[in-house]
Amino acid sequence: MHNAFLAVAAANDNPLLPTVPDLIWGGLAFLIVLVVFIRLVIPRLNALLDARSDAIEGGLKRAEEAQAGAREALEQYNAQLAEARAEAARIREQAREDAKSIRAELVEAASAEAARITANALVTIDAERKSALVSLRSEVGSLAIDLASGVIGETLTDDEKASAIVDRFIADLEAVDRAQEAAKVKA
Amino acid sequence: MPPSIEDFFPPVVLFANTPFALNRVELVRILVVIVLVLILWLGTRRMKLVPGRAQVLFEYVIGFVRNSIIVETLGEKDGRRFMPIIMTIFFLTLGMNLTGVVPGLQIAGTSIIGIPLIEAAIAYVLFIYAGIRKHGGLKFFQAALFPPGVPWPLYILLTPVEFVSTFIVRPISLTLRLLMNLVAGHMLLALCWAATQFFLFTLLADGNFLGLLGIGTFAFGIVFFLLEVFVALLQAYVIAILTAIYIQLAVTEEH
Repeated sequence: MHNAFLAVAAANDNPLLPTVPDLIWGGLAFLIVLVVFIRLVIPRLNALLDARSDAIEGGLKRAEEAQAGAREALEQYNAQLAEARAEAARIREQAREDAKSIRAELVEAASAEAARITANALVTIDAERKSALVSLRSEVGSLAIDLASGVIGETLTDDEKASAIVDRFIADLEAVDRAQEAAKVKA
Repeated sequence: MPPSIEDFFPPVVLFANTPFALNRVELVRILVVIVLVLILWLGTRRMKLVPGRAQVLFEYVIGFVRNSIIVETLGEKDGRRFMPIIMTIFFLTLGMNLTGVVPGLQIAGTSIIGIPLIEAAIAYVLFIYAGIRKHGGLKFFQAALFPPGVPWPLYILLTPVEFVSTFIVRPISLTLRLLMNLVAGHMLLALCWAATQFFLFTLLADGNFLGLLGIGTFAFGIVFFLLEVFVALLQAYVIAILTAIYIQLAVTEEH
């Protein structure tokens, strides 16, 4: 070994021939740096890169989850909105129905009232007409007899005759009256 | 003191006449290793998910070697296997190269043949190992020496050429490219500084106005200084990426 070293050392001035110390120290330098890379730098670097990609992937995952949550909330909200709309439509429909029935009731009540008033009026009118007819019968009877007496120059004092004439006259009047009414109803 | 080949063989300062003899160059190398280990230790000590400024710079440099040199050449899987060695080659070469321009040190650790030779030998062993590991010995040498898709008579010509270029020229060129770049760089820089010293402090001090040439040599020194910084980076890149490429060529299915 010592002789070999001396032989190499003798070729000292040739830059292309390595000396033994040159190789030993150079090799040691390489080994030390290599060990630092294997034991220290590469593991730490890989750990960092893994952690970083984990963090990025975790962030992406979290964002995805948040998005899914938001989408779910939106769906829920939309469902609720649709439900509320249906409810509103139902209530509106109900109100319309209610209004319709209320209106129908009102109309019915009003027409019943009107019918009642009309009936009352008819009864009143009938009574009036009857009383008018009664008074008319007596007055017209005397007036007509007076007039007829005057015209025919005789006194129709005989009550029996007189009342018979008046009755006939009234009946005629009534017949005419009824005929007129019937025509009016037909028209 | 003009530069000479003696610059690369400074006197032994410690452990003389033993295999561990230390001279100035070896001391510079030890310093480089200490600084490199310190930087790597401090740089990876407290790495955070969200990096600070120093960590961004550190990660940028490491990431450049990791991605641009190793992963892009070898792919993720093989890249991980060979990453420690190729990173060591890059950073050790870079550190050793840069001492050539550090004032006070001014000798590159790679300008003595030891480290270039060791790194070339490691690259050589590595790519042959990777090829044999991947294809088996016979298939690897067959693929390397008998490139497929060639009519067989051409092998008479091709096989010796392939043998020489793959198994002889590669390690030699790796060694000499690095070594000679740094040797020449040291020569150029030392010449510029020595000439400047001579012109300004010997000639001009004697009243000889030819000494003003020293301004020119000083300017050249600055230019070569910047060039050498660039060369230091470039040669570290070259040896690391060539190692990666040799491994990649050895592990691909077909040449």
